[in-house]
Amino acid sequence: MNDCILEGRNVQVLYEGRLALAVAEIGVHRGETLAVIGPNGAGKSTLLRILGLLERPASGQILLDSQLVAKDADLLALRRRFASVFQDPLLIEGTVERNVGLGLQLRRMAQSAASERIRLWMQRFGIEGLASRQASSLSGGEAQRVSLARAFAIEPDILLLDEPFAALDPLTREMLLRDLHRILRESGVTCVFVTHDRDEAQRLGDRVAVVMDGRLQQVGTPEEVFGRPISESVARFVGVDNLLAGQVTADHEGLLAVDVGSFSVRASGRIPVGSPVIVCLRPEDLVLQSGVETDARDGALNHLPGRVTGLFLTGSQYRVEVDCGHPLVALVTKHCVQALWLAPLSEVLVDFKPSAAHLIVKQES
Amino acid sequence: MKRIALFLMVFFALAGASVAAPKSVILATTTSTQDSGLLDVLVPLFEKQTGYTVKTIAVGTGQSLALGDRGEADVVLVHAPKVELEYLAKGTLVNRRLVMHNDFVLLGPAADPAQVKGAKTAVEALKRIAAQGSAFVSRGDNSGTQILELSLWKLAGVEPKGKWYLEAGQGMGATLMIASEKAAYTLSDRATYLAFQQRIGSVILLEGDAPLLNIYHVMEVNPANYPRVNAAGGKAFADFLVSPETQAVIRAFGVEKYGQPLFVPDAGKPEPGGGR
Amino acid sequence: MDLMWEGIRKAIWLLFTADREVIGISLLSLRVSLTATAISLLIGIPLGTTIALTRFPARRIVISLINAGMGLPPVVVGLFISILLFRSGPLGFLDLLYTPTAIVIAQVVIAAPIVTGLTLAAVQQIPAKFRLQMLALGASRLQMLWLLLRQARMPMLAAVMAGFGGVISEIGASMMVGGNIRGQTRVLTTATVMETGKGNFDIAIALSILLLAITFGVNYLLTLIQQRARTP
Repeated sequence: MNDCILEGRNVQVLYEGRLALAVAEIGVHRGETLAVIGPNGAGKSTLLRILGLLERPASGQILLDSQLVAKDADLLALRRRFASVFQDPLLIEGTVERNVGLGLQLRRMAQSAASERIRLWMQRFGIEGLASRQASSLSGGEAQRVSLARAFAIEPDILLLDEPFAALDPLTREMLLRDLHRILRESGVTCVFVTHDRDEAQRLGDRVAVVMDGRLQQVGTPEEVFGRPISESVARFVGVDNLLAGQVTADHEGLLAVDVGSFSVRASGRIPVGSPVIVCLRPEDLVLQSGVETDARDGALNHLPGRVTGLFLTGSQYRVEVDCGHPLVALVTKHCVQALWLAPLSEVLVDFKPSAAHLIVKQES
Repeated sequence: MKRIALFLMVFFALAGASVAAPKSVILATTTSTQDSGLLDVLVPLFEKQTGYTVKTIAVGTGQSLALGDRGEADVVLVHAPKVELEYLAKGTLVNRRLVMHNDFVLLGPAADPAQVKGAKTAVEALKRIAAQGSAFVSRGDNSGTQILELSLWKLAGVEPKGKWYLEAGQGMGATLMIASEKAAYTLSDRATYLAFQQRIGSVILLEGDAPLLNIYHVMEVNPANYPRVNAAGGKAFADFLVSPETQAVIRAFGVEKYGQPLFVPDAGKPEPGGGR
Repeated sequence: MDLMWEGIRKAIWLLFTADREVIGISLLSLRVSLTATAISLLIGIPLGTTIALTRFPARRIVISLINAGMGLPPVVVGLFISILLFRSGPLGFLDLLYTPTAIVIAQVVIAAPIVTGLTLAAVQQIPAKFRLQMLALGASRLQMLWLLLRQARMPMLAAVMAGFGGVISEIGASMMVGGNIRGQTRVLTTATVMETGKGNFDIAIALSILLLAITFGVNYLLTLIQQRARTP
């Protein structure tokens, strides 16, 4: 039943006396890409190094193919089933070709077989034209491609990527992200991918693991983690900008009414009446309409009148802050802003479906 | 390329391993003795005759005698009679034997501002130099030459101090160069003067006076307190120096190059100039 | 200036006639200094690498000692080693004083701190993550060390050149522990000083030119190796 190629159990890491990482259970399924996200300093990289047998935890077990890695095991042989790429390309002095073949050279692969593989992976990452260039003469993006090709050329059982795109400019990052996504899908290799960028995690990850304060907060599909965060802190991290504390006041066959103070929210869910909850609303799930009252449309049962308090252009969309009694943030297109003639102090209606409202039951602290 | 360099280094490392010579004799002597070139002739002769290997350590007179005194040499050849006698009395150096002598000359600028040329004795000449305040360059290195020089100043009743008295702190050759550059007076052994004659402007202004004799003795190091001393080897070298054949070689040395012999062999004769 | 010309003429003459004594002196200089440099590399590179990569108490003191050792005056080294090797000294029973081996020993003491200190600096300037990356690609500890040294080979070759340069040109130690004995421990530097003292300036200049040529030659070879990696 266990399809996990790599597992960590009861992993604990101490740093300067305090518990820096404590993960009860984490498993990586064969062939999947597990994205590990979290804020800086959360312990993601540490977790990655421990799973990759590059660092020993203070306590805990690592299992490879459901076999426990013993204390006196031949770590070198096991380590050789992995390959890693870090934020810095960390290439060795020499040509690109030499770098891409480094992992094979370390494993003493025959020259003929190795050159085949080197050529193949240089092609896949689009760097075959750079084969005889010196590593020190490459740009950041080119160098990171070499680092990726180097890891893939090993054709490892498990690939470990630690924020590989963090140091690249947006355009390079986008291109590499696309290429990597394609290659991961085509090769079917198991991959653990650490990032603090939600976008990367959503695009590359089959599953997402959220690590915060050294603890594993939530593991699930991107839809689960981003759409239905398990706690307030996870919600904040995954981009839920609207968090409203309130109480369930009524239940109409799965359609709950939640009183958040200034208004009542219709949300879908199965939570007992009277429970304290937090309503999570993603900014992109809020629809803005003109201030004129209209009938419910598209099944949106929530209409909240409010006044625009702020308008910010982020990238190609607008963050619109609306005061509905509670401050809310919506993410809308430029077209919407223009069509509605939105400006500070405009009157708007904020609409959202009950299914867009995710409820987190508040724990007794 | 890297492999070649590596190989070369390893090769030299292996080739560099040397074995300590078993039958070696350490001869402590002075730089002027070695610079005269006499030892370059005598030492190979000795080595061929006896099979010993000689390690000639040419340092200052003081250091030579000190090395012998401490048993770090086997035989000592120097030319500072007063100091030699001290060590002889001490007992660390034994069997002092006269080998040869050469002489010192008083050099100076051709212009001769102190009028040394007219002086009859070296002491008289030095008095004139001091009175005139003319520049004088001393070796200042506690060598046999300087010991002699200081004794002459004492006899002249002059304390060699002041702007006119320059202490080079170096060997005879360097001192001659300095004296020539500064057109100063200086005291030198004849051998070194002859070697440097072409290069310097100084000329001989006084020679032949009795105290200007440079007398060489050989002494063996007493093995009593130092088990490592090669007493047999030291004795063999000392015997070699005073043997008639070697004395003949000494007599002939330098004639071809300078037209005059550099040393006068004295083994078995009374001390030259009536000294000890 | 004619002194210079005399010297150059004499140098060419000595070389053309393959003057045995001069060749012997030159070979001895090379032999002794290359041996000392090689031994210093065997000591200095592992030591420098280890100190760079490991943490231990008093590490800073050790590093300052090494850095101070880089500036050791050769004559001071010569004095202390000769005291050790004197017949009356603790190592007198080895009978090493006034032999080429003694010069090698003294030159190792001079060159080893230089090689150690510069290797230490060379390894330290490689980012710490580099080691992790090598291990993370499947390198064994030994392979990782090899890659680390290879990555630092530019400054390390500079260390080799500095070590060799320091000992081929020194005279203080060679004089004290070698004794400048003809045919046994006379090297280019001691011979040059001696010939100058004797007034044979032409020979002294000739020997100096030879010394410069040898130093330049060895450094040229090493520079070729060092710069080979730098082709863009």
